[in-house]
Amino acid sequence: MASIAVPGRQVAEERFRTCPDTGLEVHAKAETLIRVNVLTAVVFLAVGGLFGLLIALTRWQAIHLLPAEWFYLLLTAHGAAVLIFWIMFFEVALFYFTSAVVLNSRLATPMIAWVAYVMMLVGALVATVAVLQGNSSVMFTSYPPLQAAPHFYLGLILFAVGMLLTCFIFLGTLVVAKDEGTYEGSIPLATFGGLTGAIIMIFTLASGAIILIPTYLWSLGIISTIDPLTYKLVWWGLGHSSQQVNVTLQVVVWYTIAALVLGARPLSEKVSRTAFLLYILFLQLASAHHLLVEPGLSSAWKIFNTSYAMYLAVLGSMIHGMSVPGAVEAAQRRLGHTKGIFGWLREAPWGNPAFAGMFLSLVLFGFLGGISGVILGTEQINILMHNTLYVPGHFHATVVCGTTLAFMAMTYLLIPIFFQRDLAFPKMAKWQPYVFGAGAAGISLFMMGAGTLGVARRHWDITFTDALISFDYPATAFFMLGLNGLSALVAAAGGVMYVVVVFGSVFAGKRRTAAEAKSNPIAPGAVALRTYGSEGTLKLPGTIVLVSVFFIAFALYYFINWRFLAGIWTMS
Amino acid sequence: MARQETDKDVGARPHVMQRLLDNPFLLVFLGVTMPTVLYLIWGIMEITQIPLAPS
Ligand code: HEM
Ligand SMILES: [Cu+2]
Repeated sequence: MASIAVPGRQVAEERFRTCPDTGLEVHAKAETLIRVNVLTAVVFLAVGGLFGLLIALTRWQAIHLLPAEWFYLLLTAHGAAVLIFWIMFFEVALFYFTSAVVLNSRLATPMIAWVAYVMMLVGALVATVAVLQGNSSVMFTSYPPLQAAPHFYLGLILFAVGMLLTCFIFLGTLVVAKDEGTYEGSIPLATFGGLTGAIIMIFTLASGAIILIPTYLWSLGIISTIDPLTYKLVWWGLGHSSQQVNVTLQVVVWYTIAALVLGARPLSEKVSRTAFLLYILFLQLASAHHLLVEPGLSSAWKIFNTSYAMYLAVLGSMIHGMSVPGAVEAAQRRLGHTKGIFGWLREAPWGNPAFAGMFLSLVLFGFLGGISGVILGTEQINILMHNTLYVPGHFHATVVCGTTLAFMAMTYLLIPIFFQRDLAFPKMAKWQPYVFGAGAAGISLFMMGAGTLGVARRHWDITFTDALISFDYPATAFFMLGLNGLSALVAAAGGVMYVVVVFGSVFAGKRRTAAEAKSNPIAPGAVALRTYGSEGTLKLPGTIVLVSVFFIAFALYYFINWRFLAGIWTMS
Repeated sequence: MARQETDKDVGARPHVMQRLLDNPFLLVFLGVTMPTVLYLIWGIMEITQIPLAPS
């Protein structure tokens, strides 16, 4: 690995190397930070995934693995470890990648990036320890009057402040890159997406600080009460918006993988950027969908923030959902895969785990996560599924099938690019997205199935043994929970495969030399990532068919739920 | 080949929309103010207007 000083740089002492795979100038300090944040993320995924498996095996009533206290304890730890720590550490790596690396720039203030890392790590560990100590089983939503130990909140606050610093480093790097002229014209789409994520993240963390700091003081006894409704309102500014950062960065990963592997460009840069702009303006307002059944907030507030604003944001997602397969189709056709309507798809690199994971993420996110999300975000039909297992079913489709699978796929490119290693166990890597995707789709669908039958979320025992008032769920509900447990085993197997490939590659993978990068390129299309530009074609019959199928499925399912609602009150 | 486009070939003064998209700090401002006003402040105003239960 040769380090060269790039001529004409004002900051001559910074070390850069030219990545033989992508041609990007990689800032040594940014590279180290990317590596460390990715590996930390994977450790939290491994731990949190194990907790997920244990709680799924508990909800499988025939196994009913954990006692009640442990169920709620590990449910809290699971939510925090995967939803917050795994995803956000990975997002830090993506912030540094889409700013410094994609712009060929140095990272602004690497020292502060290390401070941020240490704060986030200490915060995550402190919060996790607090949960494992047993007095903080408040679920990751921590609604008062449930009260956790003070260091639970303190850990989260520390983590959030560290994360906020990384957003400012992202913005600072944009300024540095512009001043030092490391790119021309407008920033590339991946960087624009990173910017969108950073902006939403700033609002997210600001909301978090506004509510968690008083809650921390309340746990110390300094403040006497926290109003539950105000807590929910402000907390969901954090809880929902952070999911929108995930969606944004997952879309960035889709475009990035399509670009690196196939040289695909967005169908229209302008349209894709406008879709990101819709995210910046409207996505965060949809936080209100978490308060649809709260009394005390007006319908005007609810409907404005969910219906009107949310649909504009959903429009943004639909644009991306059309643009990414469209870009893949256009690139594939350009590369000569022109047979019939779906020749481009059949001949896509399905054996490349980066591509396979990306495409599975796209399809599962759209069909399972997107459609169920609109159902839950509609005030009237939300009530059918409110607080049932349908809700975790929905968000495992978004955050596991969508974001987690996309980030896993991205890792298969980050390892050769930033660790300069070939993937260890390539066969295992090849199968990993399919195994994990199948398991994740299973847990999403079967939790949604159980939820449709009324099974509550966050519920240890639906047989109500010893309870004064009991309820008989239909046998199908138990069957769904069993299938969910089986799917959890499959997803966990896929998770283990991922962790083995990552650590195997990083610590024992074959070193990737420049010659290797030439003979066995992993990112032949890197130019498409670095520069602004569009495919500029709409001759995409395959994508049009796929998108039509999506809309038909969407419309049917939406209609079925309204029928379902209408059937609840029989009017004669 | 993919078509290359930059805002440079649009003319000396790019379109308003393009200028907005090229201005990260304006985007930060919009992305933080919109939800703060429409979601947080509006929501908190409604909560503060809920009458207290007589004690
Ligand atoms: C092996 C993979 C996984 C399995 C088997 C699994 C399973 C489960 C189960 C069974 C629940 C409990 C539902 C309930 O009773 O209310 C749950 C909750 C949850 N899971 Fe997962 N999960 C997995 C991975 C993930 C990942 C990767 C994420 C995030 C990126 C995630 C985020 C969550 C969240 C946020 C909750 C809600 C916790 C709460 O209600 O406070 N899960 N998961
Ligand atoms: Cu939400």
